[in-house]
Amino acid sequence: MNVATNAGLAWNRALDRFARMPFIARFALLFLGVLLVYSLPLLRPPVITTTGTDFGGVLFLCAAFALVALGLNIVIGYAGLLDLGYVGFYAVGAYAIGVLTSEHWHWPFFLILPFSVAITMVTGVILGAPTLRVRGDYLAIVTLGFGEIIRITVKNVEWLGASSGIKDIPHPPTIGSAPTPPFDEGGLFAIPHLKWDGIVPSIDHEHTTAFLAFGAKDAIPFYWLLLTVLILVILGDRLVKASRVGRAWEATREDEDAAELMGVNTFKYKLMAFALGAAIGGLAGSFLASSQSGFISPDSFLLIYSMMFVSAVILGGAGNRWGVIVGAVLIEYLPERFRSVSDYRYLLFGIALMTLAIWRPQGLLPSGRSRRVQEVEAEIEALEEGEIEEESNA
Amino acid sequence: MHFDKLFGSLDGFLSYTTGGLVFGAIYALVALGYTMVYGVLQLINFAHSEVFMFGTFAVAWVFVLLHGTDGVTWSLGKALPILLAALIAAMVVSGLVALLLERVAYRPLLKKNAPKLIALISAIGASFALSEAMGLRDHFASWFGLDDNLADYVSPGGARDVYSNPVTIEPTPLFSIGGYQVTDVDLVVVIAAILMMVALDQFVRRTRFGRGIRAVAQDPESASLMGVNSQRVIQGTFLIGGLMAGAAATLYMMKIGSTRQNAGFILGVKAFTAAVMGGIGNLRGALLGGLVLGVMENWGSAVFGAQWKDVVAFVLLVLVLLLRPSGLLGEALGKARA
Repeated sequence: MNVATNAGLAWNRALDRFARMPFIARFALLFLGVLLVYSLPLLRPPVITTTGTDFGGVLFLCAAFALVALGLNIVIGYAGLLDLGYVGFYAVGAYAIGVLTSEHWHWPFFLILPFSVAITMVTGVILGAPTLRVRGDYLAIVTLGFGEIIRITVKNVEWLGASSGIKDIPHPPTIGSAPTPPFDEGGLFAIPHLKWDGIVPSIDHEHTTAFLAFGAKDAIPFYWLLLTVLILVILGDRLVKASRVGRAWEATREDEDAAELMGVNTFKYKLMAFALGAAIGGLAGSFLASSQSGFISPDSFLLIYSMMFVSAVILGGAGNRWGVIVGAVLIEYLPERFRSVSDYRYLLFGIALMTLAIWRPQGLLPSGRSRRVQEVEAEIEALEEGEIEEESNA
Repeated sequence: MHFDKLFGSLDGFLSYTTGGLVFGAIYALVALGYTMVYGVLQLINFAHSEVFMFGTFAVAWVFVLLHGTDGVTWSLGKALPILLAALIAAMVVSGLVALLLERVAYRPLLKKNAPKLIALISAIGASFALSEAMGLRDHFASWFGLDDNLADYVSPGGARDVYSNPVTIEPTPLFSIGGYQVTDVDLVVVIAAILMMVALDQFVRRTRFGRGIRAVAQDPESASLMGVNSQRVIQGTFLIGGLMAGAAATLYMMKIGSTRQNAGFILGVKAFTAAVMGGIGNLRGALLGGLVLGVMENWGSAVFGAQWKDVVAFVLLVLVLLLRPSGLLGEALGKARA
């Protein structure tokens, strides 16, 4: 336990050091980090690269998961509303794309994307308006119910593809020459991957990724696209968090009655958080629908995913956008990486979830505010303990 | 929509109602575990469904142990001795799992005074781990070279497959209400559930330990200042929840006859729904919520079709919470009158 606590403290110190760096240094580090993340599927570093499954595909799913976690972070982390049915919005976004670009209409992906996001946002408002009047813990089960209602509905409505789902959802348009199977992948140009012999890298000309060619063969362009969306959403998230709306959320989360007395229309802001969170979930769902396989079915939106999303947010550190991204990537990535112990991976995953929760109850990267609160509490406790000792001595 | 199916004849109406009551009774017993833990600790014990699932396996294993694996159909009376043994085994197993859960997943967090939400994550992790451990029991057996000895306790297709109780309990019709044949199994399930509820309710209201539970639920700090050992109360709460889940598991196996490693999940969600609907933290509310949920979803499946059963359940929940935001009875465990 002591080792774990020390590791936690060291981690906190590293975070502080980063926060104290000059702006230029922080920016440079961030830039390098982003560059690394973009090139990760090409570099295929040993140890990290998944062996059992396509690494690009795993990274795509990690990015999708991170996007979902960012959206859910607005609901749970900023506004303090526990939503256990978030997968419902993911499903609405995916099905909006599925129905509008493949099942019933055949409109182009990027034209439909704003509609899909708008539809999920409206769904968020429709679900939020009646349920947000319900108190915190009850909200959890009501949202859980809604998540299931959405899944069961798409499973039983023939118009939405019923249980067989929707297939052949078109990919985003390829930029550059169109792919002509089986040899020409299209796109603008081909980028070779790296291959590793132990720790010695060499360029692998046999495996290449066609730049910006969205085909069924390679998941990497999808990953890049989603990563770009993710970065845009992070920038948007920064603006919203720092705005009047973000402060209203924080006030509502900490003490709803006090916020109301101070003139914050808490219901309005909670609904806003719900709608915005839903929209981001829908965005992630849209990209999932038009991903490499181009297939969605009700089984892609099981209730258990909602639990995984919530786990990602809480474990990463609710309220800290980098924390929830780390949490999401870990939760999506770990079971994929350890496919070699395939039978045991969910058992290990469950144990890891428990251990992490107990080791760092405040999350891996807690929000600055909750860290300050924790430090103050520790200080007060130390003072109290000290006083008690003095009294007993005297 | 087939309103005629439900309201067309009295027989149909009664048969759907009775069927719903039987399921509702099982929901209610599982709901108790959620409601007790929530009442005392204000946290959603997400892994309680796994406590129930372990109980269902304990029941089936007792039948295998005492009877063997050849499938037979017995009347309730003939199965009764084994059933009683199974009841005890299921209650013990579920109680132990619940205690383990408290020890491993909750106590370290309570000690750290961690935020409530993180306990939910820990519970989700425990739920994964428990369900997977059951799904991997063939692997564990082979580690110790016990594959051959324990093969009967694993489904033929593997540990993740449906595991059936070798003894199918044939319900005997006892009497009829308006043309619907009430069977002994239905009767036993409903009566057993109600009896256990009443017993537990009295236990919490009248005994010394029950007073401790109510005190901790009301105000943990004052309770411990008054000499209540809050850790023992919390353990006791988990244990009681586990025992009730074990009883529910026995009734479930009597009625359904088969289980699997993820059997608890959806039932747990329903039971939690029942607990919330009745007013979470309220024991009588759990009974009422369970019965109402069971009956309404059975009516719903008659009218809209069986595939819409869960949708009916959740829509009902939303409606109840909109009209009565703190559940049907809405009284917390701590506020229950002595």
